[in-house]
Amino acid sequence: MENEKTLTYEIMEVCLLAGKIMLQSGGETYRVEDTMMRMAAAFGIENSHSYVTPTGIIFSAEGAEPTKTKLIRISTRSTDLKKVAMVNSISRRITSGELNLESALTLLKELDALNVTFPFMVQVAAASIASGCFMIMFMGEWIDFIPAMLSGGVGYIGFLYFHRYIPVKFFSEFLASFIIGLLSFFLVKIGAGQQLDKIIIGSVMTLVPGLLVTNAVRDLMAGHLVSGLSKGAEALLTAFAIGSGIAVVLSFV
Amino acid sequence: MDIIGQLITSFIATAAFGVIFNAPKETLVKCGLVGMGGWIIYYIAEKYSGDPVLATLGATLFVGIVSQELAKFYKTPVIIFSVAGIIPLVPGGLAYDTMRNFVEDDYFQALALGAKVTLLSGSIAFGLVFSEVINQVVRKIKAVRP
Repeated sequence: MENEKTLTYEIMEVCLLAGKIMLQSGGETYRVEDTMMRMAAAFGIENSHSYVTPTGIIFSAEGAEPTKTKLIRISTRSTDLKKVAMVNSISRRITSGELNLESALTLLKELDALNVTFPFMVQVAAASIASGCFMIMFMGEWIDFIPAMLSGGVGYIGFLYFHRYIPVKFFSEFLASFIIGLLSFFLVKIGAGQQLDKIIIGSVMTLVPGLLVTNAVRDLMAGHLVSGLSKGAEALLTAFAIGSGIAVVLSFV
Repeated sequence: MDIIGQLITSFIATAAFGVIFNAPKETLVKCGLVGMGGWIIYYIAEKYSGDPVLATLGATLFVGIVSQELAKFYKTPVIIFSVAGIIPLVPGGLAYDTMRNFVEDDYFQALALGAKVTLLSGSIAFGLVFSEVINQVVRKIKAVRP
């Protein structure tokens, strides 16, 4: 009896840890729910319910004893697709019976502590190249390619640095877009670039919440109303931060 | 000539976004190809029909279906391919324009642009959901008639 109780708790801990990593790394809410329930079923808990929102997970498992429910809070969210993929492969191995409870727990704990991001400079290089390419895709001229790369790259460095020291995401987005606006204006002023608008749009593409907006609408369509609305609010705030950062520059000059 | 530039830049931009989103290294090229396919469909459809919503829907359907197939084949979550693939299509530039007009007190223009952003992101979401539905229907038909 006592044994079974601790077993249920351990299963719940594994499921919640997997869900937490997925949600923090940008996994979709419905997929997190689905993964957690599949894992619980693989460990022998047939009746489990999970309720996932972008800010927290509630998970309950029905067993022989009274139903147990646990809640965890998610405060930071980023996009880290590698971790999503790794949790996915762990859950696949669990459902196929390859992994037992203890090794799944140690694997997930290792993964949670792991930092698998690309090096800082690689990320910045990718952001600056993406800025240049987006400028071309939005019908910019090739002459503006280098200026867009410059302002996009510097803006992204600013974003990463500010984000490290100031935990308020919207403030670092505001500062980053302020830098982008300032630098783009400067580059156009000295004659290195031509179309200020295209350079700015290309450079802010690495910051804009396009993905959040789309995910919000998708969640709303799927009936996850709370997730959809909260993601929509986050997207709106981000867009507001970027827009005002640029607007401050444009109103000065 | 124009289209070659678009092909190259959309491939690089999507793969670069894969790096920013920290996609696994071995999927970066595939992400780039998915994004390139989606963007070219959008680019051509928008040019000939003049309707960005329709073009976005078609491109997202393509991205969605290809991502589902790739995810099944490589046994990775669909989100890895679909996220990178729809990045060129998301109305980020428009969302930024909307907010800029808001903070510059041009509410009329801002509301018009905001409606456009909602429509475009709605069509992306619809395309993704629709491609999932197609995938499920195909799977069910296969299950019934093996």
